[in-house]
Amino acid sequence: MATVVVPEVPAPLPVAGVGRRRRGSSALVRAARTRRGAIGLSLAGLVVLVAVVGPFVAPDSPTAFVTTPFAAPGGANVLGGDTLGRDVLSRVLAGGWVLLIMAAAATAFGVVVGSVAGVSAAYLRGRADGFIMRTVDVILAFPQLVFALLLVSIVGPKPWLIVLAVGFTHAPAVARVLRSATLDLSERDYVKAVELQGMKPSKVMRSELLPNLVSPLMVEVGLRLTWSIVLMAGLAFLGFGQPPPAPNWGYMIQENRIGLSSNPWAVIVPAALIAVLTIGTNTFTDAIARVMIGVDRQGDDATLASVISTAGSLP
Amino acid sequence: MTTLESPTTATTRIEVADLQIRLAGGADVVDEVSFRVEPGEILGLVGESGSGKTTVALALLGYARRGLHISGGQVRIDGRDLLGLSAAQLRDVRGGTVAYVPQDPAAALNPTLRIGRQMREALAAHPAAAEDPDARIAQVLVDAKLDPGSGILRKYPHQLSGGQQQRVAIAMAFACRSKVIVLDEPTTGLDVSTQRHVLETVRNLCQSYGVAAVYVSHDLAVVSGLVSQVAVMYAGRLIELGSTERVFSAPIHPYTQGLLAAVPSPEQAETLIGVPGQPPRPGRRPTGCSFAPRCGHATQRCTLEDPTPVTLDARLVRCLRATETAGSVLRGGTVVAPAATRSDSLLTVTGLDAHYGRFQVLRHVNLTVAPQTCTAVVGESGSGKTTLARCIVGLHANWTGRMRLEDTDLPAGTRRRDRHTLERVQYIFQNPYTSLNPRKTIRQILHQPLDHFRTVPADERPERVTRVLQDVSLGPDFLDRYPDQLSGGERQRVAIARALVVEPTLLVCDEVTSALDVSVQAVIVELLRRLQHERHLTMLFITHNLALVRSIAQTAIVLSGGEVVEAGPVEQIMEHPEDPYTIRLIQDVPKLAHRVSAGSDGTSAWQP
Repeated sequence: MATVVVPEVPAPLPVAGVGRRRRGSSALVRAARTRRGAIGLSLAGLVVLVAVVGPFVAPDSPTAFVTTPFAAPGGANVLGGDTLGRDVLSRVLAGGWVLLIMAAAATAFGVVVGSVAGVSAAYLRGRADGFIMRTVDVILAFPQLVFALLLVSIVGPKPWLIVLAVGFTHAPAVARVLRSATLDLSERDYVKAVELQGMKPSKVMRSELLPNLVSPLMVEVGLRLTWSIVLMAGLAFLGFGQPPPAPNWGYMIQENRIGLSSNPWAVIVPAALIAVLTIGTNTFTDAIARVMIGVDRQGDDATLASVISTAGSLP
Repeated sequence: MTTLESPTTATTRIEVADLQIRLAGGADVVDEVSFRVEPGEILGLVGESGSGKTTVALALLGYARRGLHISGGQVRIDGRDLLGLSAAQLRDVRGGTVAYVPQDPAAALNPTLRIGRQMREALAAHPAAAEDPDARIAQVLVDAKLDPGSGILRKYPHQLSGGQQQRVAIAMAFACRSKVIVLDEPTTGLDVSTQRHVLETVRNLCQSYGVAAVYVSHDLAVVSGLVSQVAVMYAGRLIELGSTERVFSAPIHPYTQGLLAAVPSPEQAETLIGVPGQPPRPGRRPTGCSFAPRCGHATQRCTLEDPTPVTLDARLVRCLRATETAGSVLRGGTVVAPAATRSDSLLTVTGLDAHYGRFQVLRHVNLTVAPQTCTAVVGESGSGKTTLARCIVGLHANWTGRMRLEDTDLPAGTRRRDRHTLERVQYIFQNPYTSLNPRKTIRQILHQPLDHFRTVPADERPERVTRVLQDVSLGPDFLDRYPDQLSGGERQRVAIARALVVEPTLLVCDEVTSALDVSVQAVIVELLRRLQHERHLTMLFITHNLALVRSIAQTAIVLSGGEVVEAGPVEQIMEHPEDPYTIRLIQDVPKLAHRVSAGSDGTSAWQP
């Protein structure tokens, strides 16, 4: 009789780099460690710092009349006076945080709505896909700013409405990116494996697909945040922000531009802050996208493809 | 330039000496590789994935993949060192003097150009090869067993079958009268019958044109009937190099012995012995012998001392204990297949017709699987075997007929099946690289079915998961790893564990080893065989590899063109096939031409 010899399978050899690895959040940390990411993060962080700490360190009340209209910088008013003789520095310091919160809220709203729409369209296919994506096409047909203006002019410049309007106009772009990423993923065997258990579609999307969509999602959040800031500032410039006399960087550019020759700082400083913020967020997003490509080389190349296609394609 | 024409090397077609290829970081992935190939001779370069065999093959064209560079040694073709050539000279050599046949012809042929145009382009790049390009093309097509009169030149690549595409690629390689041809696993994606024809074509062409060829493969059975010399690579080095007959009939290096024992035999039902463990990653060779961590013969000395190649029994071996390992035979015992005489059935499929759109894939398929047995479904690509599996598990719903699991009906599609039925039928996917969610730990992957079906109380689930992981020979340290930290074989074990964790009644395995190396395949098949035995599983084993069937199944059905052409006990089908299709299929299975001769008493001489 022959003896059956089956060698014992020994414990696997220790492989370098094996151990618990944090994912997702580590991409942010790693992006911040790259040169590009560090520059982007510090630019954006600087402006956020001004907006958050500003209200507490402002020398004057942003609505108090402390000097002559368009007073030149100097003395008690480091950046001079604005169109009504209020302190420009105090208004700059106090006028950022509302803008930031509204931009962040709009981004969150837009990305959530857009991802739900995009992932469901791709995973459910058929009629759901057709209905969602045609709706998306209709929304896309309106220019973002025009759409927001339309809503605001009908209902009035309420902050929540502006947030919803801006967020809503982001949803189609997010939906398109996530749909293409999900289409690829939903054909994977690991998705088929849970379908074989009869898992509900909503759960498949939540627990199997979503974790693999982290990379395109992070990039989308960054891109939409940049775009939200620009839109929010633009709407404020057009007078659809908080009602005056509340300070707002966008509206400051508008109200002070008539005095550009007497006190240019009242326009330059808020404009520069908005510019630095958007450059910062966009640069950091770019760094995330680049790091993600590296992360996904070991992970899943479906997301990789969509990250590459998204990276650097700011509207 | 370094055009050496020394008389001593003039007769040697390919001479590779001390080839070394490094990563950009400095670690070498290929080191101390030397071999010679004479005109008309074929050298087989074999090894597991990651052994560096393709890297060496590409170096014969003076090429290194991105991130790698050839850092030392010589590659001489007719005495001329390719590594000293300029980019322009190399361009002339590639396709001209040295031709390359890639693994996947579908990816190598331009899908938008007709075959004729592509072949003329190849000849246009090397005008010296033929006076009349069209005549030359017609001739190599005939040589490659393709009919130039059939309008093949006017066809696009997608209009050809996989075998035809590969023969076009081979014809293109021979068209320019190359002196050297490098073939990189050209038959891996092909059916056995097609494979046999392609191999014959390669053999005849090399002989009649006096071409020296290097044939890269992980499949020893394929190589054994084709090449005259075989070079076994491990971790970037040659570990055994000699004539095919000597190396295959009396392997000396334990790794070669392991690889040979892993090759399934269609002639006998025997246990397969894989090579456990996995090779070091490229550039991370351990100190001492690279194979020592996986070697059954390894001693203390092996882990400390780097072996140098020694000449023994007319071949080169890189093993410190070569004299002792020579003659030891690694061989699985014969499996005593339990007689499949059970008349009851667990799964009954009657009159199954399956469609994709309007295209009918399966025609009136009948199948019964007796409880606690393994039934193999064998067929070539396009035979409908995977569709059959997908109908049974519920992934494919477009079918008519009747399917019963014990005393319940199986409706079409997962949505119409209840939770209990879904739990009882489990499926293992072909490709372990896509069947595990890359963002989940092994713990999450194994807990998921338990959390879904909830038939096991929550506090017993962790224990159940650890036990099933143990059953597939993985330690608890795997629980917190992610799939990308696992090798292909380990991933497939996790996939098996995921299917077994809910204790299914029927396990459907769809080509579970076709994405794996032969040495890993043996380990997985043995594992499945053991589990089937221990857990009294009923298994449906889908495969294109007839040789595997003997090692695992008791009954088999053979599918061709969506119809069952033969069904019965494995022994009967393999020994006395009746259908002409089955007969041809069995004949075309590549077999080791020089089987290792077992010890006189037939027992294994080597115990781990």
